[in-house]
Amino acid sequence: MKRWMSQGWKTLASGWLLALTAMLCLTTTAQAQNLTIEITRGSDQATPIAVVPFEFGGQGGLPQDVAQIVSDDLEHSGQFSPLSRSSLVSLPSSSEDVFYDDWKRVDARYLVVGKIEPQGGQYRIQYELMDVLGGKRMLGETLTSSSGDLRASAHYISDQIFEAITGIRGAFSTRIVYVSASGAGENARYALYVADADGYNAQQVLSSDDPILSPAWSPDGQKVAYVSFESGNSAIYVQNASTGERVRLTSFPGINGAPAWSPDGRKLAMSLSKDGQPEIYVMNLATRQLTRLTNNSAIETEPDWTPDGRTLIFTSDRSGAPQLYRMSANGGQAERVTFTGSYNSDGRFSPDGKTLFMVTRDDSGYHVAKQDMDTNRVTVLTDSQWDESPSVAPNGTMIIFATQQGAQGVLGAVSSDGRASFRLPSTQGDVREPAWSPFLN
Amino acid sequence: MQIKTYAKTLAVALSLAVVAGCSSSGGTQEGDMDGTSGSMSGQGMTSGQGTSGSQMGAGEQMPSVDTIYFAFDSEEIRPEFESVLRGHAQYMMANPNTNVTLQGYADERGTREYNLGLGERRAQAVERYLTVQGVSPSQIQIVSYGEERPAVQGHTEEAYAKNRRVVFSY
Repeated sequence: MKRWMSQGWKTLASGWLLALTAMLCLTTTAQAQNLTIEITRGSDQATPIAVVPFEFGGQGGLPQDVAQIVSDDLEHSGQFSPLSRSSLVSLPSSSEDVFYDDWKRVDARYLVVGKIEPQGGQYRIQYELMDVLGGKRMLGETLTSSSGDLRASAHYISDQIFEAITGIRGAFSTRIVYVSASGAGENARYALYVADADGYNAQQVLSSDDPILSPAWSPDGQKVAYVSFESGNSAIYVQNASTGERVRLTSFPGINGAPAWSPDGRKLAMSLSKDGQPEIYVMNLATRQLTRLTNNSAIETEPDWTPDGRTLIFTSDRSGAPQLYRMSANGGQAERVTFTGSYNSDGRFSPDGKTLFMVTRDDSGYHVAKQDMDTNRVTVLTDSQWDESPSVAPNGTMIIFATQQGAQGVLGAVSSDGRASFRLPSTQGDVREPAWSPFLN
Repeated sequence: MQIKTYAKTLAVALSLAVVAGCSSSGGTQEGDMDGTSGSMSGQGMTSGQGTSGSQMGAGEQMPSVDTIYFAFDSEEIRPEFESVLRGHAQYMMANPNTNVTLQGYADERGTREYNLGLGERRAQAVERYLTVQGVSPSQIQIVSYGEERPAVQGHTEEAYAKNRRVVFSY
């Protein structure tokens, strides 16, 4: 007999009471094996850039190769192709030592140089960005970093370089949350991890014998909403990503699924089947008041908000197969949005609201696709057989998703133009259900 | 699919054939690429599980078979599992203080949240069958796991067939 049977879980539906659960497994954050990026497809339109190893003015070595992290970040964006270190014609550490003609000859469009000096137990990092073609310095900055913050400092530098060249805010200092699963049957283990966007610094923030799915970041990047079966049925929780403190928001009979924060962070859209079949609801997080938005016998789930917070998109199989629909966030008539293909689900908007990313099925499997909201043109972005759970980077340039590599679940990412992609394989177990954080700085 | 919404209010006297017809109208869309898996026969799943409810004495004993399987893209109760369900119905009616949780599952194809809905439809089809037999709805709870907790790992039709299921958990 299941342990919760005796509690009468239908009464837990009134667990409304916001049980503030401080589980032991939440308070300990264990370091996990990092995910390591493997480039699977480079863009043929990537801009060549030379990132020279930063000169180190201290004793011994640095705990992190800052220039390599910057180079990797830029490469993973799909917009840059860093020159290999062996092809660097010289190793300047300051713009004063740069001979632009040397870098033009190796076709470097941009050049990054820098140096790092120990300074009172910390590090002083100086970096500069040069426009090789224009023969001028574009950017230069000095920052101070502790040893433990060197990776974060490198991501910050990547953000500045990316924005100076592309005009688009960099998203290298963001994080991802994802679910890992290992074992089967009685030995199945599930965990929720938060990691840097490049897969490093993975921290386990929840572990469970029961399934966890659909993590979603709050717009302020402080909290994660997710679905956990630990009570014997699906329930929606909201957890502080750093303290582990959490509340159970819903545990109605039936499905409690697909939490999605409104852009202002005040509401949570979700799918609840407490009245018979999954319907879209919106909860006011201050009052806990629920508003039901859909009412029919189909499965309605996977809500997401337009960036202006006025419209919801959701999956419904009211036509007999799952398709995406949109409706006012206040309710009303739903309008079908997708017409290409017999299976479209899990819609996610780009930050500008002009593009809808989704899972689409064709003869070769399930892929991440995008639909232009003006022209309704659909472009398939990924080509493996089992791609799902797309989540868009806060600057709209990349989409992280779940895919399969052999028999293993891994995370993949693809640029929003489809030109570049990479994978974040796990060394143990399956990883899936990724969600990209908002900007955190 | 509307039938679902008022199925619970239909008289217990409804024939089983009608219920089966209703549940087949649900139109689930478990993702299949080539359409061939719809003909998946389920062979091998029923064998070894044949000691169904019909062999038990007037519902005194808890049925030994606790899992029934579904065809691709369907929540229809397959004829070979009706005796299993009748056995559970007899057991529950003979033991009115017994509660069961029907765990509904889907195979892995398609998105996880949508598959929660598919698993729930299957469990609801079993619930309808049991209540038509006379089981009190108050004895039945439903939990859908969707594609979570697969019975069999793997990306084969055989694995999918064993994962599209409803499990009786007393």
